[in-house]
Amino acid sequence: MSGGIRARFRLRLGGFSLDVDLALPARGVTALFGPSGSGKSTLLRCMAGLHRAEGRMQTGETVWQAEGVWVPAHRRAVGFVFQDAGLFAHLDVRRNLEYGWRRVPASRRRIAPQQAIDWLGLGPLLGRRPATLSGGERQRVAIGRALLTSPDLLLMDEPLAALDLQSREDILGYLERLHDHLPAPLVYVTHAPGEAARLADHLVLLENGRVRDRGEPAELLTALDGAAARLDGSAVLCGRVLEQDARWHLTRIGTDHWCIAVPREDLPRGAPARIRIQASDVSLALAAHDDTSILNVLPVTVDDLRDLGPAQQLVRLRLADGQPLLARITRLSGERLALVPGKAVYAQIKSVALV
Amino acid sequence: MDWQPFLLSLKLAAVTTVILLIVGTPLAWWLSRARAWYREPINAIVALPLVLPPTVIGFYLLLMLGPEGPVGRLTDGLGLGTLPFTFAGLVVASVIYSLPFVVQPLQSAFEAIGERPLEAAATLGAGPLDRFLTVVVPLARPGFLTAAVLSFAHTIGEFGVILMIGGNIPGETRVLSVAIYDHVESLEYAQAHGLSLAMLGLAFVILVILYRVNGRLTRGHHL
Repeated sequence: MSGGIRARFRLRLGGFSLDVDLALPARGVTALFGPSGSGKSTLLRCMAGLHRAEGRMQTGETVWQAEGVWVPAHRRAVGFVFQDAGLFAHLDVRRNLEYGWRRVPASRRRIAPQQAIDWLGLGPLLGRRPATLSGGERQRVAIGRALLTSPDLLLMDEPLAALDLQSREDILGYLERLHDHLPAPLVYVTHAPGEAARLADHLVLLENGRVRDRGEPAELLTALDGAAARLDGSAVLCGRVLEQDARWHLTRIGTDHWCIAVPREDLPRGAPARIRIQASDVSLALAAHDDTSILNVLPVTVDDLRDLGPAQQLVRLRLADGQPLLARITRLSGERLALVPGKAVYAQIKSVALV
Repeated sequence: MDWQPFLLSLKLAAVTTVILLIVGTPLAWWLSRARAWYREPINAIVALPLVLPPTVIGFYLLLMLGPEGPVGRLTDGLGLGTLPFTFAGLVVASVIYSLPFVVQPLQSAFEAIGERPLEAAATLGAGPLDRFLTVVVPLARPGFLTAAVLSFAHTIGEFGVILMIGGNIPGETRVLSVAIYDHVESLEYAQAHGLSLAMLGLAFVILVILYRVNGRLTRGHHL
């Protein structure tokens, strides 16, 4: 399949208008990211054919919508996961999973029910009715059910928004492992930067029904005039496991240019790993002190600064390999350190989370 | 003891219920999904038999179906004769009289399903009819059961409408309620007792079965 996904929609709904023209890669995960009311879900529903808007929708060579062309939702090879799972209450888990699979011609099936059951750990749930499942279990079934339609395009509409923290972590884990098996591109709607950073290869920032920005998640989420200033402000660093420190029970993660120690995680050396660092957990210093309890001190360069209010300042930093990092400091500290773009400083990282 | 009126009532109720389920299902589906301006007027027309005195319905039906009425002329012209004072006439009247008892429970059951299961089914490759049969019908099963039982019971209890358009022809239009009325009029209390008791027992059994089955269905479906 070449050409990826092309989605162009125009729509007016009362005071809200949607006007987007997107070309998305044919592989990997694209996160549609933005505040509520920005039109993410509507856009996703238009792509699936659940909502009719003027425009054009194409995956690869297959045209689903164009001038004079409208393929109804049930004839589109699309897998859709709803925020509330939308399982069939009258069917048990197995029959929910097989509902879509049975409706795909055998020659088009690329996955068997058993595979989805194994990937998502659904074995113990097969005989149960949706009413007896937890929110997280329901969402896992919904993901399996969507995968089993052998879709050309997978769409997920804030699948984790209604879940508690633990279930959210579980499902994110499943989705991350799924990432490499994904038979089709995935478009994932979320308003949580953490989910976007963890899952997405590609990020589209939506605001008021318009595409405000798009690109690599790490860059977009730390852009000072974009999402970072309004949200909690955190950066995600990509690296791999460098070594396990058995004596101090630490795992060191990084690249050739930087290294961060985290409490020991059971990961093989060389495995890819992502670390999330909150802006409020990063302080800055002009020299690398070794008389501090802070373990992770990295040389960085100031990239950009922006005032967050009368007292606070958000600083975007670059590691030696160019990955961005955010620090939230007081304006007074910024003044004392004489921070200007290009200045070399040390970032002291109080806490990190492996994601 | 003459059981013919009892059996005739059962037959009338069964035929009416079958026809109403066939006619009422698409109507209730349309009412549960339509956004047209004429939805409310149609809703009101369906509900009219609930509030009108049965004699009023019977009177209008008599005029419409009679030899001078528009429907009567049509049936006559088609060589079917006229409907009043026939079993077929009773079926037509019962269908109209019991319509809200089928449409309203079905409509609420369809509305309660919401859009989500249907959207999910569509993205899973199910076309409109497939969605209706494999998602809507099973999810609305308690509604179908309620509709069937109410229509059946309501038709058996019919009196005013039948008297107006059916009269009292043994084996053709002399249903249970009319027969009981007749027996009482002629002070045949023993016969009236027999039929009334049979009716009471049947109604009780039907309702027990309804609550049993409905209870089981809804318990299994809670989300």
